[in-house]
Amino acid sequence: MEKAINITLKVWRQAGPKAKGGFETYKLNNISTDSSFLEMLDVLNEQLVSERKEPIAFDHDCREGICGMCSLYINGHPHGPDAAVTTCQLHMRKFKDGDTITVEPWRSNAFPVIKDLMVDRGAYDKIIQAGGFVSVNTGGVPDANAIPIPKKDADEAMDAASCIGCGACAAACKNGSAMLFVSAKVSQLALLPQGRVEAAARAKAMVAKMDELGFGNCTNTGACAAECPKSVSLSNIARLNREFLCAKFKD
Amino acid sequence: MAKKTDKQGLAEAAELVKNTVVDAVLEAKEKAEEVVKEAVKAVKGEATKIDAKIPEGPLAEKWSNYKAHQKLVNPANKRRLDVIVVGTGLAGASAAASLAEMGFNVLNFCIQDSPRRAHSIAAQGGINAAKNYQNDGDSVYRLFYDTIKGGDYRAREANVYRLAEVSNNIIDQCVAQGVPFAREYGGLLDNRSFGGAQVSRTFYAKGQTGQQLLLGAYSALSRQIGKGKVKMYSRYEMLDVVVIDGRARGIIARNLVTGRVERFFAHAVVVGTGGYGNAFFLSTNAMASNGSAAMQMYRKGAYFANPCYAQIHPTCIPVHGAFQSKLTLMSESLRNDGRIWVPKKLEDAKKLQAGTLKGRDIPEEDRDYYLERRYPAFGNLVPRDVASRAAKERCDAGYGVNSTGLAVFLDFSDAIKRLGKDVVEAKYGNLFQMYEKIVDENPYEDPMMIFPAIHYTMGGIWVDYELQTSVKGLFCIGEANFSDHGANRLGASALMQGLADGYFVLPYTIQNYLADQISVPRMSTDLPEFAEAEKAVQDKIDKLMAIQGKRSVDSIHRELGLVMWDFVGMGRTKEGLETALTKIKAIKKEFWSNVFIPGKADDLNNELEKALRLSDFIEIGELMARDALMREESCGGHFREEYQTPEGEALRQDDKFSFASCWKYTGDDQEPELLKEELNYEFVKRQTRNYKS
Repeated sequence: MEKAINITLKVWRQAGPKAKGGFETYKLNNISTDSSFLEMLDVLNEQLVSERKEPIAFDHDCREGICGMCSLYINGHPHGPDAAVTTCQLHMRKFKDGDTITVEPWRSNAFPVIKDLMVDRGAYDKIIQAGGFVSVNTGGVPDANAIPIPKKDADEAMDAASCIGCGACAAACKNGSAMLFVSAKVSQLALLPQGRVEAAARAKAMVAKMDELGFGNCTNTGACAAECPKSVSLSNIARLNREFLCAKFKD
Repeated sequence: MAKKTDKQGLAEAAELVKNTVVDAVLEAKEKAEEVVKEAVKAVKGEATKIDAKIPEGPLAEKWSNYKAHQKLVNPANKRRLDVIVVGTGLAGASAAASLAEMGFNVLNFCIQDSPRRAHSIAAQGGINAAKNYQNDGDSVYRLFYDTIKGGDYRAREANVYRLAEVSNNIIDQCVAQGVPFAREYGGLLDNRSFGGAQVSRTFYAKGQTGQQLLLGAYSALSRQIGKGKVKMYSRYEMLDVVVIDGRARGIIARNLVTGRVERFFAHAVVVGTGGYGNAFFLSTNAMASNGSAAMQMYRKGAYFANPCYAQIHPTCIPVHGAFQSKLTLMSESLRNDGRIWVPKKLEDAKKLQAGTLKGRDIPEEDRDYYLERRYPAFGNLVPRDVASRAAKERCDAGYGVNSTGLAVFLDFSDAIKRLGKDVVEAKYGNLFQMYEKIVDENPYEDPMMIFPAIHYTMGGIWVDYELQTSVKGLFCIGEANFSDHGANRLGASALMQGLADGYFVLPYTIQNYLADQISVPRMSTDLPEFAEAEKAVQDKIDKLMAIQGKRSVDSIHRELGLVMWDFVGMGRTKEGLETALTKIKAIKKEFWSNVFIPGKADDLNNELEKALRLSDFIEIGELMARDALMREESCGGHFREEYQTPEGEALRQDDKFSFASCWKYTGDDQEPELLKEELNYEFVKRQTRNYKS
């Protein structure tokens, strides 16, 4: 049932990429437990604007848990304490009256802070550009039912493909590794006959780009999968390793 | 005396003659002026006559004929031509990727941090195509017919037929890209049913079809970015289109990180920036979805067509608090297995509203499955506008099932009994989880509560058959244009249209324009037209920053949204729309005199971004109300309460309103001019939509 709580927020504020940041403390009263975490931040921002202060910059867009834009590190967890949700789907009913909540941006070398809680995740786009696709042009492709695909493979590919590219995996990882993200795309396409053709080249190109961009190595701690809002499985990393080793072996 | 008299007479006669001549001359002059005026009017009329450039020939041959005779650009020349694509949703990303594959240089812009996040990603249910894989009688013609009928006979026949024709190519393309569509155990593609159709033609990827299709287009786009054929500008917002000698030659865009206003040239500009549903503040659109690019085009001469056609989706999670920032859709696919009902007895409804009774405790015989009752042939799968109005009708009558009285049940208990919980979970698991996270109730046990909300805008920038606006070289694709859905869009057709425009229509039609541009050199952005456009943008920003009033942008936006929902929402009346116009004027005044934007303009400034968008939403709201007031009929998503059948269904006035209303900008604070594109139905006979039998 709906009720109202009072909370204290400790929020990371940073004016720009090169500015020195720090925590600011805000008190918020009478927050409905039915509101989402971002709606709570909206209320705080309205309060700041009414005090003629600059509101907190944070990324958000669809607020349905699918665009991958929201990105907060809440009480030490990417996307907060609730399992299998993004920040925009985290609700205030997960917090208690009187709680102090710490809100930070993603902390990862490859995701520099732009302002306050906003970071630059362009590195993920660059990894996809290196090989996260099937090389087909528009037009001239066979009928969609020309190649039957076992339902099991299609379902598994779908599970891998549900990655939203939010960056929580790299933010959660003590090494700052992007392996879960990379492996999800490599798996999705390796499982399907359409993507199989370029599987080896893809695995090599994406891993090389990941290394080049300053992401850390994977030591199989599993923090990424535990914090993934879309429950992308660790088994994808095993599949990536297999694809990568086979590809290197062939070289 | 006589002489004098004679003299006098002569003088008088002379005077008379003079006067007569003068009169005659004056009259002639007046007449001539009138003739000139008429001629000018005629010429002007000719100039503003709406020509949709529909190719000749039978319906099924128009697109083939067009492609066979259009002009093309050879590969060497493609390299010399630049195209700006604004937006990276299904339409924008697929267009940018396809144009780059063909050899054009593409500059692609998006407001998010990555092109993968455009709001197409949130589409859940599926994408239609006339594959007839289910052998249930589907065909290109049937998809065309269902779309025309679903749109309540307010779309252009030739465009819709082409859409149905290319629908099959889209599925082939997406599968080739590695989109993991749902499959049967035999390995072939699965389908589900959507509203307004009696066949199963909807392809899907769990409840995340939009995401998978967008990631497919994004992967194709990423490949071209990697190859250097597309230059990607993320976190950039278009703020104006630059027109030189009557042709679109570039845009002005603001770098959202640095706040810098920048100039970009191209030989043609393509805009795919989605719909303007956020004029209502609360909608299923993403927070940053906006109609500003459309308004920029409108102010530069592109017509805004059918602004009042907005789709209200029947199955959204109801509004639950004043802090609410947006509404969440529950996919239409749920209506495949979910049954919609309210209690039969008013006293049960009262208890539900008071929270003393649960939906699951109401016995079967006391439930009113009103869609099945009213529309036996289509049942729970009537089109969205029909389902939305039926929900409103029941709630207005007092049968609403939540504390606000503004909700109906969507119940899966029958489906769970029939199929088992596992099957239901496999089909809709992610939607059920989303519902539970938001509402904090378990939809496997208690029926979902849903209510209509603004979801999609069928209206948009007018385009001809080539998807070109009334400004040469300016193209508009996807939800941002007005073209294919008439007055109501069928479920799973938005994804189809976005990808059809981007993959298979625009890459052809834009060449017909660009073929004449091959000798045009790249222009300098130092040209006065660029400077003027940039200055106008900068002036607007400075003006907004200088107001320093007392109200936040959101507080004014909320106020606008309430006016829109109350008076320009599901049920519209003449008085209501006039009230809306008055109230919107007042809101506009309040905004321009009392908004407060903190921070600086030459920095990352979310409040400034929102203010710029709101300034356009206010204008769009006014245009919507004006269009709705003009359209004295009910059709599809536009329901004027004065025009309904005795059963409460939409009553069209085909003799008076069989046209697309095209609004032409005439200046700030001036009434726009109404032009009409007559809709000639050559191939389909217009009927009153019937989903009963």
